[in-house]
Amino acid sequence: MPVIEVKNLSKVFGKNTKQSLKLLDDGKTKDEILKQTGDTVGVNRASFEVEAGEIFVIMGLSGSGKSTLIRLINRLIEPTEGSVMIDGENLATMNKENLRRVRREKLSMVFQKFGLFPFRTILENAEYGLEVQGMPKAERAEKAKKALELVGLGDYIQQYPDQLSGGMQQRVGLARALANDPEVLLMDEAFSALDPLIRKDMQDELLELQQSMKKTIIFITHDLDEALRIGDRIALMKDGSIVQIGTPEDILVNPANDYVERFVEDVDRSKVLTAENIMRRPETINIEKHGPRVALERMREEGLSSIYVTDNKRNLKGYVTADDASIARKKEIRDIKEILKTDVPTVERDKPMNEIIEIIYDSPVPIAVVEEGKLVGIIIRGSVLAALAGESEVRLNAE
Amino acid sequence: MLNNLPQIPLSDWVNSFTSWLTSTFSFIFNPIRNQFGDFMSWTADLLASIPAIIVIILVAVLAFFISGKRIGLSVFSIIGLLLIYNQGLWSELMYTFTLVLISSLLSVIIGVPIGILMSKSKVAETIILPVLDFMQTMPAFVYLIPAVAFFSIGMVPGVFASLIFATPPTVRFTNLGIRQVSTELVEAAEAFGSTGAQRLFKVELPMAKGTIMAGINQTVMLALSMVVIASMIGAPGLGRPVLSALQRAQAGPGFVAGISIVILAIIIDRITQNIYKSK
Repeated sequence: MPVIEVKNLSKVFGKNTKQSLKLLDDGKTKDEILKQTGDTVGVNRASFEVEAGEIFVIMGLSGSGKSTLIRLINRLIEPTEGSVMIDGENLATMNKENLRRVRREKLSMVFQKFGLFPFRTILENAEYGLEVQGMPKAERAEKAKKALELVGLGDYIQQYPDQLSGGMQQRVGLARALANDPEVLLMDEAFSALDPLIRKDMQDELLELQQSMKKTIIFITHDLDEALRIGDRIALMKDGSIVQIGTPEDILVNPANDYVERFVEDVDRSKVLTAENIMRRPETINIEKHGPRVALERMREEGLSSIYVTDNKRNLKGYVTADDASIARKKEIRDIKEILKTDVPTVERDKPMNEIIEIIYDSPVPIAVVEEGKLVGIIIRGSVLAALAGESEVRLNAE
Repeated sequence: MLNNLPQIPLSDWVNSFTSWLTSTFSFIFNPIRNQFGDFMSWTADLLASIPAIIVIILVAVLAFFISGKRIGLSVFSIIGLLLIYNQGLWSELMYTFTLVLISSLLSVIIGVPIGILMSKSKVAETIILPVLDFMQTMPAFVYLIPAVAFFSIGMVPGVFASLIFATPPTVRFTNLGIRQVSTELVEAAEAFGSTGAQRLFKVELPMAKGTIMAGINQTVMLALSMVVIASMIGAPGLGRPVLSALQRAQAGPGFVAGISIVILAIIIDRITQNIYKSK
């Protein structure tokens, strides 16, 4: 059951909104409408659902309408058309009083430049959402303190925002949003103003917090790396329209159109792709049936310099090299166990590629991908390079 | 050809409008003149009845704390005020101070809400801005004429003229200060479900405080500059010796009264500036 359902949400800035909406129906582009009516299309018929506990990332370049879209969700900007359903209520059409109630109880927002009140202490900032609800001083101070402790700022409550670093200020922004225990967190480029190292820390921290909070989060960003890192699902926007919604893998591996493809070209794929995405079907021999002779034969057929050895149940036993196998054949050794090497480099399916690169660099043989001791695939240097280069041979499931 | 056009009787219109106002609203103007005039004389007399030395010490102490515990302004205040006292202008000083204080207070009480209204409504801003321009560019002497018509002579018409002349900066700066509050802070206030009043009092006014205080400082200075002008319609204070020195071409007394106004201006200016600079 989705927490938020956005349907055909549109925003046209200008005076001829009705005409512009009609032109949108006719499939006219943003530029054509600007020429014809003088109106700017901010968001064009955005529809999506966000599930409870999900981090839903809306990503796009500047001018793509993502900031407008998030403001349509809590109606900081009035929608021209469409609906935003939250718990069965349509936020786009409700009266002011109800809107205030929903904003107070269900939606909180974190801002790009933090949006902290400079004349209020950290504690007073975190209290703001509770204060406007009319909560008594002692009670709201307690809740705000808890939220500040959650983000690791329990010792700073009497400071003023300008005494804190950027990263700490944004923690205050986050604490302020968490203090009224909302169902949905709206995060507008929340980490974009931070320097890269701090940004990564904050992303980690958000993911960690999310483990325990299980909030529904709508996160806006222009940074695809960030989107891929924290998003459960990502919506890509261009010219006010959502061009693709999918998991990070979907977007990388099956870009919906040229725009998305060009977009993901520059992505640091090593952070997103995992062992599973780049592994190949392994050539193996069976420890119980095959000897050095078969091993050598198969390696010659496939042009390999080593081959993995499994048992009947595909449990990984080790590998043999072509050199060892040919010596063994000359010496007429029958049992493969005598030349079996067991110092196998292994990784799990979900190992990120940037960590695989370090392992494969030192390894004389391909890396084995295992699941509960069973060999499910191998990774050779070639496929790592191919994946880094963004070639399409990267498969989701190398069966 | 232009000479053949009949002259528009603009001045006649204004004349009859003013007389109409005076006679129609005399039931408002008269009590204001009497009650308010009494109140102002009473305030000035009260201030003048405090021994000068106590006033000087109080001002020096206030200046010391408000300027961040620096001694400069206090020393200046003590020397300046002693000089005024020494020149026998103390009671004039008290009258001037009363005039400035009351008209500034009224300007703020009227100006800040108008400024807030302007900041909230584009329509109000479009209407009020040209009125403010008019109020500030019209020579201040002109306000004295209806002021006398409405309130006769004395302190009350002085306050009236000063109000018209000195209120615009407070209105402008209040409007500007609120409009300058960053969109993100306004959005933050809105996103957490603030009512309009909560947004105004918890976010916008505190954020705009510095700018509004700068406007108030301007208003106080303009009110002070009205003092000399208001003496032309019989308002008591430091303006009177300036005016009489002017009429008799006496450089000496004119300078003494003039320098007294300057001293008062500097003390008031520095003190109000420090109020809005301190956090």
